[in-house]
Order: sequence, then C-alpha cells, then structure tokens
Amino acid sequence: MNSHFRPVGGPILTGTFLVSAAIFIVSVAILIWRFIVGLGPTTAMNDLYPWGIWITYDVVVGTALACGGYAVALLCYVLNKGKYHHLIRPAILTSALGYSLAGVSVIIDLGRYWNVWKVPLLWNWNRNSILLEVAICIMTYVVVLWIELAPAFLEKWEEDAPWQWLRNLSLKIHPWLNRILIPLLALGILLPTMHQSSLGSMMLIAVHKLHKLWHTPMLPLLFLLSCIVMGYAAVVFETALADKVFKLPRETKLLAPLSVVMVVVLFAFLAVRVGDLALRGRLGLIFRFDFYSFMFLLEMALFVIPAVLLIFRRFRYNPGVEFLCAMMMMTAGLLYRFDAFLVGFKPAPNAAYFPSIPEMFVTLGLVAFEVMAYLFIVKIFPILGGVTHAAPRTGHGGVGVPASGG
Amino acid sequence: MSVTRRTVLKGMAAAAATSVTGVPKALARERKKPPAGAVGMLYDATRCIGCKACMVKCKEANQLPPDPGGKMGAIYDAPDDLTGYTKNVIKLYREGDRISYMKAQCMHCVDPACVSVCMIGAFRKDKQGVVTYDPGMCVGCRYCMMACPFNVPKYQWDVAFPKIVKCEMCRHLLAEGKLPACVEACPREAVIFGKLEDLKADARNRLAAEPGRYFPKVYGETDGGGTQVLYLSAAGIPFEKLGLPDIGDQPLPELSETLQHAVYQGFVAPIVLYGALGLVIYRNRKRQSSEEEGDK
Repeated sequence: MNSHFRPVGGPILTGTFLVSAAIFIVSVAILIWRFIVGLGPTTAMNDLYPWGIWITYDVVVGTALACGGYAVALLCYVLNKGKYHHLIRPAILTSALGYSLAGVSVIIDLGRYWNVWKVPLLWNWNRNSILLEVAICIMTYVVVLWIELAPAFLEKWEEDAPWQWLRNLSLKIHPWLNRILIPLLALGILLPTMHQSSLGSMMLIAVHKLHKLWHTPMLPLLFLLSCIVMGYAAVVFETALADKVFKLPRETKLLAPLSVVMVVVLFAFLAVRVGDLALRGRLGLIFRFDFYSFMFLLEMALFVIPAVLLIFRRFRYNPGVEFLCAMMMMTAGLLYRFDAFLVGFKPAPNAAYFPSIPEMFVTLGLVAFEVMAYLFIVKIFPILGGVTHAAPRTGHGGVGVPASGG
Repeated sequence: MSVTRRTVLKGMAAAAATSVTGVPKALARERKKPPAGAVGMLYDATRCIGCKACMVKCKEANQLPPDPGGKMGAIYDAPDDLTGYTKNVIKLYREGDRISYMKAQCMHCVDPACVSVCMIGAFRKDKQGVVTYDPGMCVGCRYCMMACPFNVPKYQWDVAFPKIVKCEMCRHLLAEGKLPACVEACPREAVIFGKLEDLKADARNRLAAEPGRYFPKVYGETDGGGTQVLYLSAAGIPFEKLGLPDIGDQPLPELSETLQHAVYQGFVAPIVLYGALGLVIYRNRKRQSSEEEGDK
C-alpha cells in the first residue's frame, strides 16, 4: 500500500459491535412499525412540533458533528497545515457515515417519501426554499464524501480484492480519481460552507415562533461557525478514542496546534452571538433567569470554558484537558442547535414536545449503525494513520503490537 | 494579485458580512401585492352564533371524515382545533362574561411563508391569490408547518400515507362559480366571500358605522404583509385572544429570502468561492509536494 494509512485489523465481532448490532435491530423493527402505522403512534411529534429529534438531532446536530471532514479539510488544504493529512481519512469516514445516516433519517421522517425523487429535478425547484438548497447540497456532499474516501477502498482492493474484476476496476479507477482530486476537495469545502450556514437560515422564517435569544439574521453565520467547532471537536474526540481502542500512538500532540485555530473560531462565535444580542437590545433576555435564559447561559458556558482553556499551551498539550474541551465543544454546539430548533421554538403557548421512547431508539439505532460501520471499515480498509505495525491480514486477529517502523 | 488562503477567507467573510449586514438596496425584495383578481373572505366575529354549520359543510365539500378530536371513542365530529381532517373550525373564546366565537382556517396570505419554504412548490398561490396544495409535489417534510405563523397546515399523523391538510377556499367550488362551502352554509353571513378590495371596504365601513361594536382594527389588512382572509372582532376583544398573533406588517419570507438571495444572487458567490478554494488547494499541494521532494 502506497499511503501511510493502514487497516487496524482484528476481529470484527467484538462486544461493542454486537451490542450496537442489537440496538440497531430493535430500531429496524421500530422503523418497520413506523412505515406501517405512520408517525403519530411512533413519535411524539405533533401539529405544533412537526419536527422532532429525527430532524434536530440526526440532521441538524448529526451533520455538524460529521463536519470533521470539513473542519480538517479547511485546516489542511486551505490553511495549509499539511502535517495533519493523516487525520483526513478518519475524519472523512465519520463525515461520510454521519451525512449518509442524516440522509436516511430524512427519508424516515418524510411523510410522503415516495415523492422524494422529484426534489433533485431542476425544473421543480422553488429557488426561494432554503430547505431545497440544504437538501441538494447534502445529497451532493454525501456523494463527494464517498468519492473522497474511495482511495481507501481502492488501495485495499488493488492488493487484495475478493474478486478479480474488482481488482482490475480499482486499478483502472484510481489514477483517474487522482486527476479530479482538486476540484473534488474544493467541492468538499464549498458544499458544507453552503448548507451548514443554510441550516441556520432555515429558522429565519420562524420570526415569531423562535425565542428572541435565538432568532437573529446572524443564524447562518452562527451555524457555520458552530459546525467548524463541532466537526473539529468530533475529530479530537474520535482520534483519542481510536488511539485508545486500537492502541495507536497518541496523536494529541499533533492536534494541539490545531486547537489554537479553534480558540479563534470559538471567540468569533461568542463575539457574534453576544454582539448581535447587544446591538439588537436583547441582552436583557439573558438576565431574566427564566427557562430560556438558563438554557442560553448553559450554552454560553460550554462555549466559553473550552475557548478560555485552549488559550493556554499547557492545557492544549494535556490530553485529558483536550479531550474534555472536545466534549464541551460538541455539547455546546449540540445544545445551541437543539435550542435553535426545538427548545427555543415556541409555536403556541400550549405547545409541547418530548421525544417518545421509540423515537429515541431510532436515533440511537442510527448511531449504533454508525459505530458498527466505522469499526468494520477501519479494520478492513486503510483509514487510520500512525499504525506502526504492518497491516495484519484479515483473519489473523489481534490488534497488532506496535512494531518498529512501518 | 495571487490567490492566497487569505483571499478565500476574505471571500468567506465578505459573503458572511453581506448575509448579515446591510443588504444592497438593489437586492431588497419587493413587497408583494395581492393579484389583480384577488378574492377573499371576511369573518365578522360579532355576527357568528357558533352554530358550526360551516364546519359540517366544509367536511362535506372537502370529503373529510368526522374528527372526534381529543375525546377518545366519540362518534361525533368535535375537533378542538384545525387537524389533518379539519380545514375549518369554530372556536369559543371566553373570559369572564365576555364571549366570542372564532373561525380558524387558512389566512391565504398575500406573501405566504408556506409557499416560500416549500421545496418543489407543493404550495402555490393561484391567480385569485388562493394558496393551493398539490399532494403530488409534497414530500411531507412539514417545513410549511414550522413556517406558518398561524399554525394552519396540519398533518395526518395517524396514517401510513399522509397528506398536509389546509383550507384551499374550496377552489374546486370556485371553479364551478359556486361559493366556498362555509360561506354558503353560514345562516348569519358571519363569513362572506368576495373580491378582496370589496371586502376590505366593507370591513372598514362596518367599523366606521358601528365603532362601539368592534375592536378598532381589521385583522389581515396589513398583518404579515396582508392576508386575503380578513377578521373583525368584538369591542374589547383583541385579536390575540382569538388566536391571531400580533406579527407586525412585515411578510415573513422577506428576511429569509432577502438574506438567501443576497448570498446566492446569480450563484456568483459560491462560484467565486469554489474557484478560489480550488486555486488555494492546488497551490498548497504543489508547494507541499515540492517540499517533500526536497526532503528526500
């Protein structure tokens, strides 16, 4: 294999994999039920809360957490932090999985899914619809992500394909793929810039229904900044976990300089968030100490703490603190997006929504599927960097003991 | 000038800035006016006696089943709000000894949020200004329900193959030269149908003739950019009490469409950003590979 990425090998059917599989199977059963009886009996969504966690978590939060590919590509290719290239593949993998499952989640949530093929047809488009732009961008981006990840599959199959034709095909496609790489990488940065900001724009229309602490013309900018923070944090989180689980050498030191960039993005977010409230004379809402001001303050705390901690060099180079900061940044973005789509959304005084158990199980099931797919792919295909031992052949089992030199 | 990452970042910042600050005047969205042949309805709460004949006729005309509402197992039609099976409902407002009825239905906005947000135009405004729904173009995303300031579009939650349901002013009857079913049914002319301009004049005349009888406002004249269904309320009963929120005069799509079109005007910004990204990535990769070769 010609890249420094290696499959980690080891058995597929581990404890984690089997638990995830069990959760996933339950959620599939719930989904069958959902398609037979409709959304009413299976979810807590209602006429006043037509969007529940399947949109808010799986799509609005899920795609932002899957912005690792976007955040790392921005840092690597645009800010030219070349030495982090080995983070790209795992980041693209989680992005591809996260975005694909967001797409699945949308189909599950759509009431009239059988009409969905009409959406990509150009002549049907309502160019005023922000949701349309988001939908088209996300559909395209899913394709872009899998093509960006394709070299990982091709490298494997060129050496060791289950069928000869697959090997020949891989050898044929690979050089062609390298030629379209740059337009593809640029598309992989353009598309999330567009649809992540537009996810925020989607709530602009809810002028009177969204609480004044969250409704602002700044929504697109705040959503764009928050997805970079969340995507980057997800990469730190995932790198730390993968290093631990697969006993890889720690990458934290390599990540530390990137965290400086996050300090800038976090403070930019905070400045826009607070500056906007101040300019529009809405700061008073923060100090009402009602439910909404409490949610706002909680959200703010989760943004401020990592922003301040990561200023200090000794904290950036402390794996424990860095992991904690990543967790806080992910939660901060999650909370901000939940607040902007559900918690701060108040369509009528008597309106209420809390997800039903089956509804939560479906979301959990999709996450479980993502875990299974991630584990399967990194074990078979060259995704993770810094694997110092030679790639063990499938079936040899055991996570390799770090040997000297690759 | 060479393209650097700074250019890209500047471009992104500029795009963000236009999206949030002063949108150039040339891009500002024009206020929409009702179409020339605009029709509408006028509901006068002081004339309504709450007989619900309009609800019965509405269900008949639109072939909707009875909706027992929250009363489980009830066999009669008793929805307590608009639902996936109820396009028109008479509600009662009571506070102390003050009582008023209220007819809830689609407002047929001049500049409707549902039409603005709908991906492939399942919601449209026809040449009379009626906001129509085409299930054939609806994917059931329910963004219309999120967007509508009056919470009018409803969803059939209890079936596998649902539709969005809302009043379409009985456009199938209008096409035959008939009146909307609720107007036809009303024994007190509490709700009337006509040309929008005539209805506006009528409403203003009623206010002028009996100022003591009415709350001094015609709801829908300017609210949310104007609606084609107008309301009169009894003296002392503000419209919020009847479930018609104070949403100002700005049409809801104005903010979202202005911002969106400012950023995506002619698709110029995305194309420029794309080109700049491509150049920067190309340059960075070239520099990096030459550095790597230098290392060897």
